[in-house]
Amino acid sequence: MQTTRSPSAADAPRRAAWMRVLALAEPQALAQAVQALGPLPAHSTLRPPESGMAMVRARSGGTGAQFNLGELSVTRCAVTLDGGTMGVGYVPGRARGHAEQAAVLDALLQRDDWHDRIQAGVIAPLARAHAERAQRQARVAAQTQVEFFTMVRGED
Amino acid sequence: MMQTPLLSFGAPPAPGFADAVTQSQQTFRAALQALAHPGSVQPLAPDCGVPPGLSPGMTAMLLALADVDAPVWLPPGVDDAVRQFLRFHCGCPLVDAPSQARFAAVPAGHAAPALEHCHPGDPAYPDTSTTLLLEVESLDSGAAVTLSGPGIATQRTLRVAGLPAGFWAQWRANHQLFPLGVDVFLVQGNRLCGLPRTAIAEG
Repeated sequence: MQTTRSPSAADAPRRAAWMRVLALAEPQALAQAVQALGPLPAHSTLRPPESGMAMVRARSGGTGAQFNLGELSVTRCAVTLDGGTMGVGYVPGRARGHAEQAAVLDALLQRDDWHDRIQAGVIAPLARAHAERAQRQARVAAQTQVEFFTMVRGED
Repeated sequence: MMQTPLLSFGAPPAPGFADAVTQSQQTFRAALQALAHPGSVQPLAPDCGVPPGLSPGMTAMLLALADVDAPVWLPPGVDDAVRQFLRFHCGCPLVDAPSQARFAAVPAGHAAPALEHCHPGDPAYPDTSTTLLLEVESLDSGAAVTLSGPGIATQRTLRVAGLPAGFWAQWRANHQLFPLGVDVFLVQGNRLCGLPRTAIAEG
């Protein structure tokens, strides 16, 4: 018996968290993790993977005025499982397979019978890999950091 | 329990076109043919999911025509699944008045707006008018109307059942507005009939 997790305010940030991990995962690592899950339930495509552009906006210093940082190519996909659960995937880049796998996993994560297995087998390892990658990049960037300072000039 | 926008999808919308590019083009072609030959009946062959309350032909027309730049008006009381379907597949704004809409879609069983309540276009841009999509009961039976005008060699007889009361009187007033005016598509099941503002109706 499959049941769909009931939507609630508490679930929204949790869903956002796993969608973020799926989007930021390396496509190859995600494909391997999905393969390790074995056969998945049948799904039908609601919106086939399609690529487009999204404007990334930022604030200077995190608090300043908003500006357009640049455009990012994004691929999105939506699928439904037989039980009527809809899953959506929005991933950076143009990897259609990545978007579809993210959508299928998003739908399965909303189902009680798959949630824990996918959290343990896919989301947790991918989140760890992403954190390590980010740390490594931060270390490399830190090596090139230059501290600027201005000596006091004797102006009078 | 309070639902958040992220998880308030409820039941997923019906699927859109199976092959979006080809089927949008075929549907658009049928719409062009319908307007080029007023009163002729064009077949539509959509392969798409149909939300409750719409006909397959109306669904195909909306999927092909509505997008983020083309606001759509639906009569009050239309199933929420239809609105969700249009927002998901077309991304079109849904507006409250037919005069704000580029396309006013009236499914069977709902009251159509009077033609003078639709936007007739701007004298500088007559193409910005509202296009009315009307679902009718039949395109083969009903009172006969004789059409003439551009796209018709001499005369063409059209039989429509299920039009709103007083439609042809409104149509004559609409024709007088040329170059402004409203264009109408009549949809029945998988069939489409076009009435551009240039068509003259008698009888």
